[in-house]
Amino acid sequence: MIEWFTWVQVGVAVAAGVLCLASGFAGRVPSDLTNGALALVEVLLIVQLVVAILAPAFGNEPTGSPLEFYTYLVGALLLPPAAIFWSLLERSRWSTVVLGVAALAVAVMVYRMLQIWTVQQA
Amino acid sequence: MDMTDVRNARPDTARGRRMSGIGRVLVAVYGVLALAALGRSFVQIAAKFDEAPLAYSLSALAAVVYVVATIALVRPGRVWYRIAWATIVFEFTGVIVIGTLSIVYPQLFPHDTVWSWFGRGYLFIPLVLPLLGMWWLAKHRPVDDAAPSAPSSTSGTGPGADAA
Repeated sequence: MIEWFTWVQVGVAVAAGVLCLASGFAGRVPSDLTNGALALVEVLLIVQLVVAILAPAFGNEPTGSPLEFYTYLVGALLLPPAAIFWSLLERSRWSTVVLGVAALAVAVMVYRMLQIWTVQQA
Repeated sequence: MDMTDVRNARPDTARGRRMSGIGRVLVAVYGVLALAALGRSFVQIAAKFDEAPLAYSLSALAAVVYVVATIALVRPGRVWYRIAWATIVFEFTGVIVIGTLSIVYPQLFPHDTVWSWFGRGYLFIPLVLPLLGMWWLAKHRPVDDAAPSAPSSTSGTGPGADAA
């Protein structure tokens, strides 16, 4: 896990979450911008997956449980596609809010993944 | 337009469609919580079940109930409505009972469950969500259950009404 990249990822996910929540509460239906923000969050997760698979080969090993790490990562990977799919099914302001909820959940999960990789005790 | 046709083909009364409008946010948060509980429970059982069989079995049960509650909130009809009530009441009871026990008798739960300390590890979402869920269910009875006189400000305009 590359620490600075992970922080960027958390930042992007939080920004996407706030953008979608604000946009949703302002009454906007899901747009290219809000769906695109979630797509960006998903792309960064895929990059994170590749990094996580390759990192141990370069001596960058997780300090915590790899099983727990990958459970979070796979869970996080599922969220943006599910939220985008749902926002296409019903184009209402609340679907935009759902996009925001998904992005913020990803941010929390990525932060937990960073803890597991770097500072987990036990 | 195709769009219009699709909308007209839907059962578009506001009551009866529990997953429409702001209810979608509720279902989304339920879905995330279900995923979180399921993931944590999977890790606990796969990696260290022997350490705390009771707490981890409880985690697994809670996770399954969250998944069922999420599905029940989305599905239409009277049966799913009842299942939604049952699962949400179960969750609320769980978070109250286990939350209280984990504070009064911490030695009973040396390992965290979703419900320890009223769901502190999950931003207290497990405590708040069942209340919102029950409120939502009470407001959205299945169509065949509801009195015909029930006021419905958005009925007839379909999903688009929420976008305004």
